[in-house]
Amino acid sequence: MTDVIAERPAKPSLLTLDARTRRRNAAEARFRAYGLAAVMAGIVALVVLLASVLGNGLGAFTQTRVTLQVELPAAKLDKSGTRDIEVMKKATTLTYGPLITAALSAAIKDRGIVVEGLSKKDLSGFLSKESAAQLRDRVLADPRLVGAAVTQSFLVNGRIDGYEKGRVTMQSAEKDSNVSPAQLHLADALETAGILHTGFNRDFVTAPDASDQRPEAAGLGVAILGSAYMMLIVLILSLPIGVATAIYLEEFAPQNRWTDLIEVNISNLAAVPSIVFGILGLAIFINFAGLPQSAPIVGGLVLTLMTLPTIIIATRAALKAVPPSIRDAALGIGASKIQAIFHHVLPLAMPGIMTGAIIGLAQALGETAPLLLIGMVAFVRDYPGAPPEGFFDPSSALPVQVFNWTQRADPAFVERASGAIIVLLVFLVIMNTAAILIRRRFERRW
Amino acid sequence: MSHLSLTMTAAALALTAGAATARDQIQIAGSSTVLPYATIVAESFGENTDFPTPVVESGGSSAGLKKFCEGVGENTIDIANASRLIKTSEIETCAKNGVTDIMYVRIGYDGIVFASEIDGNKFAFTPADWYKALAAKVVKDGKLVENTVADWHAVNADLPTQEIMAFVPGTKHGTREVFEVKVIEQGCEDSGAKAEMEKMGMDKKAVAKACTELRTDGKSVDIDGDYTETLARIGSNKNGIGVFGLSFYENNTDKLQVATMGGVVPSTESIASGEYPVSRPLQFYVKKAHIGVVPGLKEYVAFFVSDEVAGPDGPLAQYGLVSDPELAKTQAAVEDETTMATD
Repeated sequence: MTDVIAERPAKPSLLTLDARTRRRNAAEARFRAYGLAAVMAGIVALVVLLASVLGNGLGAFTQTRVTLQVELPAAKLDKSGTRDIEVMKKATTLTYGPLITAALSAAIKDRGIVVEGLSKKDLSGFLSKESAAQLRDRVLADPRLVGAAVTQSFLVNGRIDGYEKGRVTMQSAEKDSNVSPAQLHLADALETAGILHTGFNRDFVTAPDASDQRPEAAGLGVAILGSAYMMLIVLILSLPIGVATAIYLEEFAPQNRWTDLIEVNISNLAAVPSIVFGILGLAIFINFAGLPQSAPIVGGLVLTLMTLPTIIIATRAALKAVPPSIRDAALGIGASKIQAIFHHVLPLAMPGIMTGAIIGLAQALGETAPLLLIGMVAFVRDYPGAPPEGFFDPSSALPVQVFNWTQRADPAFVERASGAIIVLLVFLVIMNTAAILIRRRFERRW
Repeated sequence: MSHLSLTMTAAALALTAGAATARDQIQIAGSSTVLPYATIVAESFGENTDFPTPVVESGGSSAGLKKFCEGVGENTIDIANASRLIKTSEIETCAKNGVTDIMYVRIGYDGIVFASEIDGNKFAFTPADWYKALAAKVVKDGKLVENTVADWHAVNADLPTQEIMAFVPGTKHGTREVFEVKVIEQGCEDSGAKAEMEKMGMDKKAVAKACTELRTDGKSVDIDGDYTETLARIGSNKNGIGVFGLSFYENNTDKLQVATMGGVVPSTESIASGEYPVSRPLQFYVKKAHIGVVPGLKEYVAFFVSDEVAGPDGPLAQYGLVSDPELAKTQAAVEDETTMATD
């Protein structure tokens, strides 16, 4: 005994650390450093991602246009002279195209612009191929315009637009067979003359997709509408079904082997790769139930299947978090079980349920894989109709549109795809912020 | 519980769907090579007619033809785009599912080009060069040995000194088949390797296999994605030489330079005249049973092959399609709704 006391080290000073404490402190400092490094790595990755997406994609939100005065000769557009729509429809975009080119060359002449080496092909290729369709639509909407001159602003070709945004340079234009330096000089001259300007591109969010020849006209309108329809279907179906399932399993179901099995399956379902739901959707909804391809209804149903487990699990967690004393008190003063749940437990669990639902929806919004299988990766130019019929019209979806654009040959689509990612991210940030706000605002702790 | 209610909801929705919608837009699926042409035509068709714009899906020739052969009816597609011809087995599957009257519409030709980084060395290839550079096994002293050549200059003294690094389309692409047949197999024959193999006493099957098998030691890389991926690979590896469609190259001439093949520069003209050796027809297949049921189907097909669209001055040629010299024949066949001979 006395030996032990004798061997004990001198009373440790509080001011000098012994070896053990130093080791412990060092371990803690190391762990903090690891944590900090992990967070920093995450932040760097996020910054790189955002920088590349924003750097590539912000250009999609501005677009270069030229304002021109176009003559609409009756001799070409309405040979009958009756202003009969059916006759006028015979004049295709091929007839309208040259009128716009003529207007451009007149504008160049009027302003005394001289560009060396500007060929006829350069001139006709200066404006977007979308212009002719724009003009034709305008004339068909108002046949009285024929015979007069109209002022309209037209999109310029994607390469010229790229020059205004710095994507195309004089050096690259020399090598590029789709744009000539003369066209770029013309763009400079027209800008000085004040008829070419780059401004906010509302069409990017509202216009439908465009073919490979007109990246400058491509927009997200159909994709946003399609995504919105799908989210609506997911919300309408998965919220009631998911919450009902959760309430039943949590509050009513007996504890036996069957409910255990169901529970395991729900957790399993939450971890199933989303492409599997796509295969299921193709087999059941399209091949068996005969629903149309490329339609938001099928996409919505598939995403509902995917979102259900998330909502069920979140709802059950929220119900569990309500203290049993609330139930007991309600039951104790004579409420029936269903009254106790719907009057007392459910309202208290609501913030948790809403948060789970929003996070589930956000997940569904960004999902691409199952949509590949049910024909949503398609070129769709017509807007789907108003719901509920519109649910059955073909449409695209936001993440699918990103996928689609990254595959296109024209480099201008890189900008579009990044722009679409920005729009998608904005929606996701809004939804996730809403989820956090709801939780902060309404969550109750006991 | 959830499954039961879900099935019921789905069933209810299916019923309303059947009652509410008769499909009024054309649905197309298939080859990603034909896709840009199909979207250009679909867009123009929607603009210039009263019919809705057709919906065009991608996914590859085989996937498109598989969907096409699923049956006749509103929830099956009307047209399958393909960068290769339909196989006998596919025609049989079609017939089994009731798809019997199929119209074949050739829209033009597509060239396959070999392109590299724009500031790099210039190349003038022959199919034999590609065979010697990329074949898995080559004949050496009367024996089949592993191919170890690592430099283009070692393959052919006329080529510059540059490491061999080829990005070729993966096996799921229709382009791969054309590449194998028209370049590698042709090179095998041209270089005399085929004759030597036959002399060595190999049977026909083994020769055919040895003539198309590509090396797997990293000198030849299969690209399963799109041409955009090949382009990105070349961007990061300046020694890379990629296999592209002519239209893709023409849209990226500021980043790529094209190599000649057999001394011919690929262009719509040299492909149309048949001088440039590596090309293939592009086509689509139409269900005749859907004509008259799906509004605008015949009009769309006729519009596609009309001179203004598929002709040498049309938008498709502008995008890189080599227009078909026998377009008039196709137009007549579409007019008469001629189906493929069933034998």
